Amino acid sequence: MTATTNSSSSAVAPVEEITLTIDGLDVSVPKGTLVIRAAETVGIQIPRFCDHPLLKPAGACRQCLVDIATPDREGNLRPMPKPQASCTIEATPGMVVNTQHTSAVAEKAQRGQIEFLLVNHPLDCPVCDKGGECPLQNQAMSNGSATSRFVDIKRTFPKPIKISTQILLDRDRCILCQRCTRFSAEIAGDPFIDLQGRGGGAPGGHGHGLPAQQIGRFDEAILEYTPSGDQGPVESERTGDVVGPYGQAGVLSSVAGSIGGALEDTSGRPFASYFSGNTIQICPVGALTSAAYRFRSRPFDLVSTASIAEHDACGSAIRIDHRRGVVLRRLAGDDPAVNEEWITDKDRFAFAWQTSSDVLTAPLVRDEETGELVPTSWSEAIGLAADGLRRAGDGAGAAALPGGRLTLEDAYAWSKFTRTVLGTNDIDFRARVHSAEEADFLANRVAGSGLDVTFGDLERAPRVLLVGLEPEEEAGTVFLRLRKGMLAGRVQVTTIAPLATRGSTKLRAELVRTAPGEEPSVLDALAGVTGTPEHLADLRAALAEPGTVVLAGERLAGVPGALSALDRLVSAAGARFAWVPRRAGDRGAVEVGLLPGLLPGGRPTAEAEARVDVASVWGVSELPAAPGRDLTGILDAATAGEIDALVVGGIDLEDLPSPAQAEVALAAAGFVVQLEVRRSAVTQHADIVLPIAPTTHKSGTFLNWEGRPRPFGQVFTTSALTDARVLGMLADAVGVDLGTRTLEDIHRELAEFDGWEGPRTAAPAVEATPVPALDAGQVRLATWRLMLDSGRGQDGEPHLAGTAYRPVALLSPATAATLGLAEGDRVRVTGPDGDIVLPVLPTPMGDDVVWLPQHSPGSSVHRTLGATAGAAVRLTAVDAEVAR
Amino acid sequence: MTTLAPILSDIWDAPRSWTLATYTEHQGYDAWRKAIHTEPAELVNAVKDSGLRGRGGAGFPTGLKWSFLPAPDGGPRYLVVNADESEPGTCKDIPLMLANPHSLIEGVAITSFAIGSNHAFIYLRGEVVHVYRRLLAAVREAREAGLLGQNILGTGYDLEVTVHAGAGAYICGEETALLDSLEGRRGQPRLKPPFPAVAGLYARPTVVNNVESIASVPTIIRNGVDWFTSMGTEKSKGHGLFSLSGHVAKPGQYEAPLGITFRELLDMAGGVRDGHSLKFWTPGGSSTPILTAEHLDVVLDYESVGAAGSMLATRALQVFDETTSVVRCVSRWTDFYQHESCGKCTPCREGTFWLKQILHRLEAGKGTESDVDLLLDVAGNIEGRSFCALGDAAATPIKSAIKYFREEFEQGVHTPAWELFPYEANAAFSGATA
Repeated sequence: MTATTNSSSSAVAPVEEITLTIDGLDVSVPKGTLVIRAAETVGIQIPRFCDHPLLKPAGACRQCLVDIATPDREGNLRPMPKPQASCTIEATPGMVVNTQHTSAVAEKAQRGQIEFLLVNHPLDCPVCDKGGECPLQNQAMSNGSATSRFVDIKRTFPKPIKISTQILLDRDRCILCQRCTRFSAEIAGDPFIDLQGRGGGAPGGHGHGLPAQQIGRFDEAILEYTPSGDQGPVESERTGDVVGPYGQAGVLSSVAGSIGGALEDTSGRPFASYFSGNTIQICPVGALTSAAYRFRSRPFDLVSTASIAEHDACGSAIRIDHRRGVVLRRLAGDDPAVNEEWITDKDRFAFAWQTSSDVLTAPLVRDEETGELVPTSWSEAIGLAADGLRRAGDGAGAAALPGGRLTLEDAYAWSKFTRTVLGTNDIDFRARVHSAEEADFLANRVAGSGLDVTFGDLERAPRVLLVGLEPEEEAGTVFLRLRKGMLAGRVQVTTIAPLATRGSTKLRAELVRTAPGEEPSVLDALAGVTGTPEHLADLRAALAEPGTVVLAGERLAGVPGALSALDRLVSAAGARFAWVPRRAGDRGAVEVGLLPGLLPGGRPTAEAEARVDVASVWGVSELPAAPGRDLTGILDAATAGEIDALVVGGIDLEDLPSPAQAEVALAAAGFVVQLEVRRSAVTQHADIVLPIAPTTHKSGTFLNWEGRPRPFGQVFTTSALTDARVLGMLADAVGVDLGTRTLEDIHRELAEFDGWEGPRTAAPAVEATPVPALDAGQVRLATWRLMLDSGRGQDGEPHLAGTAYRPVALLSPATAATLGLAEGDRVRVTGPDGDIVLPVLPTPMGDDVVWLPQHSPGSSVHRTLGATAGAAVRLTAVDAEVAR
Repeated sequence: MTTLAPILSDIWDAPRSWTLATYTEHQGYDAWRKAIHTEPAELVNAVKDSGLRGRGGAGFPTGLKWSFLPAPDGGPRYLVVNADESEPGTCKDIPLMLANPHSLIEGVAITSFAIGSNHAFIYLRGEVVHVYRRLLAAVREAREAGLLGQNILGTGYDLEVTVHAGAGAYICGEETALLDSLEGRRGQPRLKPPFPAVAGLYARPTVVNNVESIASVPTIIRNGVDWFTSMGTEKSKGHGLFSLSGHVAKPGQYEAPLGITFRELLDMAGGVRDGHSLKFWTPGGSSTPILTAEHLDVVLDYESVGAAGSMLATRALQVFDETTSVVRCVSRWTDFYQHESCGKCTPCREGTFWLKQILHRLEAGKGTESDVDLLLDVAGNIEGRSFCALGDAAATPIKSAIKYFREEFEQGVHTPAWELFPYEANAAFSGATA
């Protein structure tokens, strides 16, 4: 596929090179390089703990001490009187560095620091998760002494502390390098843990008069605070489960006072972070561990396979660690171009879904007599499926709903299968709110656009405009990059959203407060299509500055006219644009034409030349010319009997604009073939179920939102089949050679689709529909998915689920007051189909808007309310007595 | 024969010496009235020419420090006075601020004007509430007299002075930790560079000076550079407070020109307490290597004390007579450094934790044969390896004590210190116990 880089801003000013000497070797590095990093370039490893290349220098652990001499003005070498921390000192021209290899002083200093670190470190390596991959263990062996001179009493702590349901802290193992706290503050922006206490404490942990310095979250119970006065210990509200050092429940409040309901997670703790797992990975000892992995394995028993995370469209590099056919953990991979060394907690911890008990292992067919699904052989299932599709082909025809979680290769097979076997353009990968306007927008702006805006650009663009996108919730790696650019003083983020979320607050984003449905008018005002109101004039001018990047999320499809207006804005501002969808397969699906009006490589179905082009690659005489239906059209047609058969891929009905309508359509469809990894709500409507390999059981490529191919290898050798193989077998049974047997076959064909120069789908020009007026008592519904919610990809991981935000309804303080609701009281949100009841959190936002999590426990908006974002809903106060 | 030079301490014996009225009766704020009509650069030059060196311990030339500030860019610049006096033995700033807070306030005003600052902070050790009250009252008096605040003395110059009480951590006397603490953060030392002169308080150019240094400025302005340089030695000019404590007949503050000898000071203080003789002493608080009776004639200026293997530092002369167990003394000091280690860096946090346990068992006569060498090695692994100078401070008394009294530490292998040096005999005051 197209992978050309036309990124203009990747040109960075060249940095001056300087030369220094390390252990007698001449080393040339860019000015500003730290000595420890310069040494690495010539293969000299200086031991270190607090140092991390992506964190600011701390100089705390003192492990990387080296001898340094620098030339004075006359050029005479002046040795520094004391050994220096090489992680904090920049290399300068003519500097002479002597590491532990050439300096007895440095060697002795390092040996001394290792000995100090081990003074209070438990020798529990045999039961520690980190044992075997532990920087302290390794560097104690390489740079320390074999025996200890410390015969005294160690500092101890009750352990572990449950920082969240997932993150556990063993304070006695901690060497206070501050990597975790620096990550939290500098990278994620969630200072959910910090240093507290002072100094080394006392032997055994008592009698020092104040707590020893330790990592924590200011839990009074853990710090054993006793208030002054005679009142005795303050009784605080307690969380439900054990966190305290002596098995007691932790307190809900922090020293700084109540954190309020806003930032609580579902376990009742203060919300920690979506990125907390990274602290485990960068911990140089076993102080931070995860509940999911603790005591499960030894690192040397694990086999590691590099892979790509499947939970969002970022394509983050991960490492899958497995043992005897079971995945035990996932770690962040190191890919400077994409996710650097960080991943979201969802990418790290949510993998149990691939081995849950509802994973399909054998094809199922519906028994004609009992109506039950029964396991059968592949040959029978394929035969029966082919018969059904053949019958549909002779009748009203079949349609395909492949879903958004496919690899590029599998998506390609779906595209080709639908056109050449089903003979239709009735195909739509979108299993969510969508529109024809969106399809045109994607065909015009995204399909075949190659690699344009990159993660690196997000760090450097002077201004980034977010429209219908909450990066922290929907694309965590995008969030981290934007934050990095913002902190470096380069990026100003602006977001068009109904409220300032915690994520946009951490990006210090400028908020253009926009109620759902009002996006088109704001975008047109910014584009100058309509008059620009005064408060947007500065922003309009700023957007027109060179280098502006606009990022749009998939939610805009739900607002008629929004993407048309966005298109006008991007053109008017001369900005660069990227579409950041939520699912790993979305961008690939657009590229291979899983849309009713689109063929591979951005070729419009409506263009005869494009069809001929594609038909020739596919070796068929012609392709269906009739315009296809989109998801809603397909479901409506199935309900009306205008389509006989549905071939359904990875679709979660809860994501659809109307789950109820989908169920009616699936029930009405004469013949349903499901290709899925796990049983789902579709399964009960399926006539044939064909099991598909989960990502660990196959290899393939995700195309991330940038358009960057993210190939991954197969972790486990199994007989599980990919979509492409199964569709190929189906095609064979119908008498068509799909030619998608191997990845090589597919990529050979994909390469043929590069460089379409014919006409493209025109940009959409849909008129915005006027936002309907609200009746008294009605408000407009704002909603989107949170990173951690009820999504099926997070199934089977309760520790992770405990770290999700507690679902709340967000209202403006005025609206809450009108209803007589205080924080924590419950509000009933009523839509056409039903009610959702959630605790209220007053939040600065428009008075005529309510925000609900789209698909979280107790709040499945599409299903329960029968409404989507922008709909008018009614609010009523729930009697607090009844609710409790 | 050197005599006392009461300058800062001149009016300590005046009635209600801490009031503005008393201070002005004694030429108080004359220097400020003169300075505010002087070119700031001239003031900086005067302090530079006076050779005044930082009285907080390191002895860095004060005027030179001021001149490190970058050229004004229109943004704020700050003066921060380090009044976090916490070192064992050091007790000069607290009496100074208690007896004559206005000498500090006047110095703050002149210095702020000289460096172009409109907001100065005095970061005071939190435990000394009585001093806190005196400072707050002094600032209020000065403000009410139009000596601080808006449009001072009709010149258009504005100066706010904020007195901030710390929460009682030794580390906050380290200037960058002090700045973090003043900003409301955890008091731990910052990585340098950038130095405070470039990015200090709130990341703005900042001068951090000791109380005594700032309080010495008004008389330099009032009496002139030549007057100041007439005191002291070649490289250590002026006067300073010498704090004698411990086994002396008359402990207290003795203000004298730098260059006085310990013998002279000890004579002024009535010598070692009756019937006893000098065993060892510290020239500048517990973090300076100890000296012994053979160093009685060391000239107390920065260079000479350095040449004798110690540091002048805060001129806190702790005197110990022959009843003192050096092991016990060093052990208590180490307890202090262990308790006050901020915990940021490994050697200070873990090294003091270890030293404390070794010293406790040596004091109890339960040491091992290798403990003395171990002490030296552990101290050596702290000294020069820690993040800030406070790690060094923990190591130096141990190394110097073993240098002069190694056999006493070796006795800790078999005999408790309280048997070798009964603690009752050592008590400086009746009724005091170990």
